[in-house]
Amino acid sequence: MPAVLIEDVHKRFGQLEVLKGVSLTVESGQVVALIGRSGSGKSTLLRCINGLEAFHAGRIEVAGHKLDQDPKHLRELRKDVGIVFQSYNLFPHLTVGQNIMLSPRITQNVPTAQAETLAREVLAQVGLSEKFDSYPDNLSGGQQQRVAIARSLAMRPKVMLFDEVTSALDPELTGEVLLVMEKLAKDGMTMLLVTHEMNFARNVASTTIFMHQGKIWESGPSKELFANPQTPELRNFVSAGAH
Amino acid sequence: MQTFGWPEAYFILRAASWTLALTAIAFFIGSIIGGIFAIMRLSRVKALRRFAAGYILVIQSIPVLMVLFMSYYGLSAIGIELPPFFAASASLSIYVSAYLAEIWRGSIESVPRQQWEASASLALTTTQQYRYIILPQAIRISLPPTVGFLVQLVKNTSIVQVVGFVDLMRAGMLVNNATYQAFQIFTLVGAIYFAICFPLSRLSRHLEKVMNASRSH
Repeated sequence: MPAVLIEDVHKRFGQLEVLKGVSLTVESGQVVALIGRSGSGKSTLLRCINGLEAFHAGRIEVAGHKLDQDPKHLRELRKDVGIVFQSYNLFPHLTVGQNIMLSPRITQNVPTAQAETLAREVLAQVGLSEKFDSYPDNLSGGQQQRVAIARSLAMRPKVMLFDEVTSALDPELTGEVLLVMEKLAKDGMTMLLVTHEMNFARNVASTTIFMHQGKIWESGPSKELFANPQTPELRNFVSAGAH
Repeated sequence: MQTFGWPEAYFILRAASWTLALTAIAFFIGSIIGGIFAIMRLSRVKALRRFAAGYILVIQSIPVLMVLFMSYYGLSAIGIELPPFFAASASLSIYVSAYLAEIWRGSIESVPRQQWEASASLALTTTQQYRYIILPQAIRISLPPTVGFLVQLVKNTSIVQVVGFVDLMRAGMLVNNATYQAFQIFTLVGAIYFAICFPLSRLSRHLEKVMNASRSH
């Protein structure tokens, strides 16, 4: 069974249909990039996958969970599906360590000592061991985003979603975040990412999906897709330098 | 004729402690009720939201004096006699609850939406979101306006004299009726109000500065 299964998903905001029947699958261990212009529906699609947005028709299954709006089912799904946001969304009143330990402790009943070991482990994974007791406000954007990734990893997710995680960062800080993500990909994490980093999509994602006007316009193995775009829309998008 | 001296000053000071007690009780009980209404106001259940909004609207739209009259004279007209202190505490608590509910609702709403999303994505229940993520941040935001409201409350307790309760203001008037030394008496009364409210105002302003500084990161 695929890690992510999306079948003919439709989503409207009022009158505006933002997803017009989207289907895709992500296999376990695969890295898939979603690209496209603002308003193409790629972020909305990603947010549907962990239930942050409801959809109106179609079917989504992630990590063995069927998506519905039952809060209890959603919580079970979210224990297996991590998401990292553009604006980091760390909890400003908690230290880095507390940010990471919170959910394992209260949603998975991990004992405090064990949660701390786990937190230090995932912090080391993103290269921020020394920041355990810092507050988010005292970290750079790149560091905050790496903590956000670590916070997700502490849940031991089966699938990770990344929603334009480098878009709010200064150019010199995007590298450190992309590096962490690349390492994750190499370690076999199943990843679905919305991104404007075309190089990253080309080099790290095995498959790239180009969305346009609420539909999957074109998709395929990343290197081929970028080298040989089939539709004029993707050709324009790629040659325009991605924005 | 009586003159204004130590016994009279002592009488006023004792009444001041009643003003403080009344403020404390109204603030304490009003906080509990107000907290519940603030959460109800933000509930996903429409009936709860409506009920809370209606309660807040009604209480904020009528003078607190009316609530006091209703609970003292109104209830006694239908045979329920409340002691003045009880009627005063209850009325002020109701008044406090409606205002704090609104202040706190606003504070909860000013915690960024992304904090809800991030905590939901980490599989927290709504109760856990409130407890660990939203309320700790909302409480910080709410501190300056809450303390500011407390200053208003200290002064507004003076209306309880209409049901015969002797608070700081009423004590001043009683002593004045006996001694006619209005200047000395009301200077003292004013000084006491000032001594209570000024530190609170300063605290409120200080908190506001601290909050602004911590949010500018």
